[in-house]
Amino acid sequence: MINIFEVNETNKMIEQENLDVRTITLGISLLDCIDSDLKQLNHKIYEKITRTAKDLVAVGKEIEANYCIPIVNKRISVTPASLVGGAACRTPEDFVTVAKTLDAAAREVGVNFIGGYSALVSKGMTASDENLIRSIPQALAETDYVCSSVNVGSTKTGINMDAVRLMGGVIRQTAEYTKERDSFGCAKLVVFCNAPDDNPFMAGAFHGVTEADAVINVGVSGPGVVKTALEAVRGESFEVLCETIKKTAFKITRVGQLVAKEASKRLGIPFGIIDLSLAPTPAIGDSVADILHEIGVEYAGAPGTTAALALLNDQVKKGGVMASSYVGGLSGAFIPVSEDQGMIDAVQAGALTLEKLEAMTCVCSVGLDMIAIPGDTPAATISGIIADEMAIGMVNQKTTAVRLIPVIGKGVGETVEFGGLLGHAPVMPVNPYSCEAFVGRTGRIPAPIHSFKN
Amino acid sequence: MENTAEKTIITVVGKDTVGIIAKVCTYLSENGINVLDISQTIVSGYFNMMMIVDMSRAQVSFASCQKGLDEVGAGLGVSVKCQRAEIFEKMHRI
Repeated sequence: MINIFEVNETNKMIEQENLDVRTITLGISLLDCIDSDLKQLNHKIYEKITRTAKDLVAVGKEIEANYCIPIVNKRISVTPASLVGGAACRTPEDFVTVAKTLDAAAREVGVNFIGGYSALVSKGMTASDENLIRSIPQALAETDYVCSSVNVGSTKTGINMDAVRLMGGVIRQTAEYTKERDSFGCAKLVVFCNAPDDNPFMAGAFHGVTEADAVINVGVSGPGVVKTALEAVRGESFEVLCETIKKTAFKITRVGQLVAKEASKRLGIPFGIIDLSLAPTPAIGDSVADILHEIGVEYAGAPGTTAALALLNDQVKKGGVMASSYVGGLSGAFIPVSEDQGMIDAVQAGALTLEKLEAMTCVCSVGLDMIAIPGDTPAATISGIIADEMAIGMVNQKTTAVRLIPVIGKGVGETVEFGGLLGHAPVMPVNPYSCEAFVGRTGRIPAPIHSFKN
Repeated sequence: MENTAEKTIITVVGKDTVGIIAKVCTYLSENGINVLDISQTIVSGYFNMMMIVDMSRAQVSFASCQKGLDEVGAGLGVSVKCQRAEIFEKMHRI
């Protein structure tokens, strides 16, 4: 039988160490909404989302109350809109009406975000894909809840450099369209390589075409719990360090598994996966950078950081895998800058640069995340940064992503404020040398040799 | 008792005072909630009690039991928490 010490340990994690379930994300297929009439399409999308997700928020709140564990976000992911809207949308403006429908449906059911305003173009773009991508700046400026992602590369297909070039411009334009809000639109836009079909985390969540009609995916969190557990083993060997992370990750993930199974049962929707992620928030004590500090580097970014992060990421997976029946999504430690107070401190101390962050993304999920850069950064340079990050994902057979915010009107040293879970960020310097001639080449980078496994 | 579906953990934390257990137990008995186990300890000078209760024949819903216990706790100046037992069982048992 459960004893008082175990009960106290769990409640201490929740009350003092920010243990929470970061998100319950309901994936909904919109393939059966496809229609060649735009009005009909929007009607069907709204109807399907509001019908399927009508109890999501209420059930989430009920589970929170039953176990006294915060479930921070309730979200929806849908089939990539470029596929759903292809038959009806002839122009980028047509796609914007789909974005507005998604936004209205999200508002109606009360979720925090809806993801899937997406296109999958890792090898080539259809006319529909291109229209959707070109509509992103307007769609994100004119909606509140919609998140967008574009998959521009994969280990199997290589990198679609035409899409990479296009995205550099789209990110800049999104920044321009939302410049009066510190270019906030860019916080809702991710560029991926090897994007997973079942990711519950925003802004990159979409409901892949290989998925069932509806599915529940859950993302766990808990950097604060890992940090506190590590405080007790300061100075111990790597063996002890790794065992401690594994045991803690197991406990955190079991809570996620419980919440996922309960949500699935109460909503009558199948359980998909648990995403084993250490997702930080700007709250004090909820930081991945603080874990790296506890492992032994003065600031995130100091020499040793990449090794410490590699170790952390691996142990989280090893502990988490046994705690859940199905693991998927991004599953790894997140290193967003604006959403992690320890990372912000590291940038402000001069310890963490864009280049070091890029190195760190080789060993963890997900990529260059929530990084504010100067507003005058050229589109080609943004494309170059995307290409570098995509290459890391392609060659290492892992997901990588880029979520950069060129803050219009701001330069290095200034700070942007996004509020809430998105936090605040110092504008970071970008390498000033040009890559225009590289980005200007057309076509795609071929898949790497080790992708040919058949 | 092995059926965890209705097993609930009640924790009480706060400054020790006369009648904490009595008042909590009175509320539980008035609402048809059976106490299976009680343990108690002092954590950093604070009174800390855990009860395992069975709510399968409770006359109130889980939510109103939580509210009722909140009120009992407020009257005593302690915090009372009521959680389904599975969260602890999943976390601490393989």
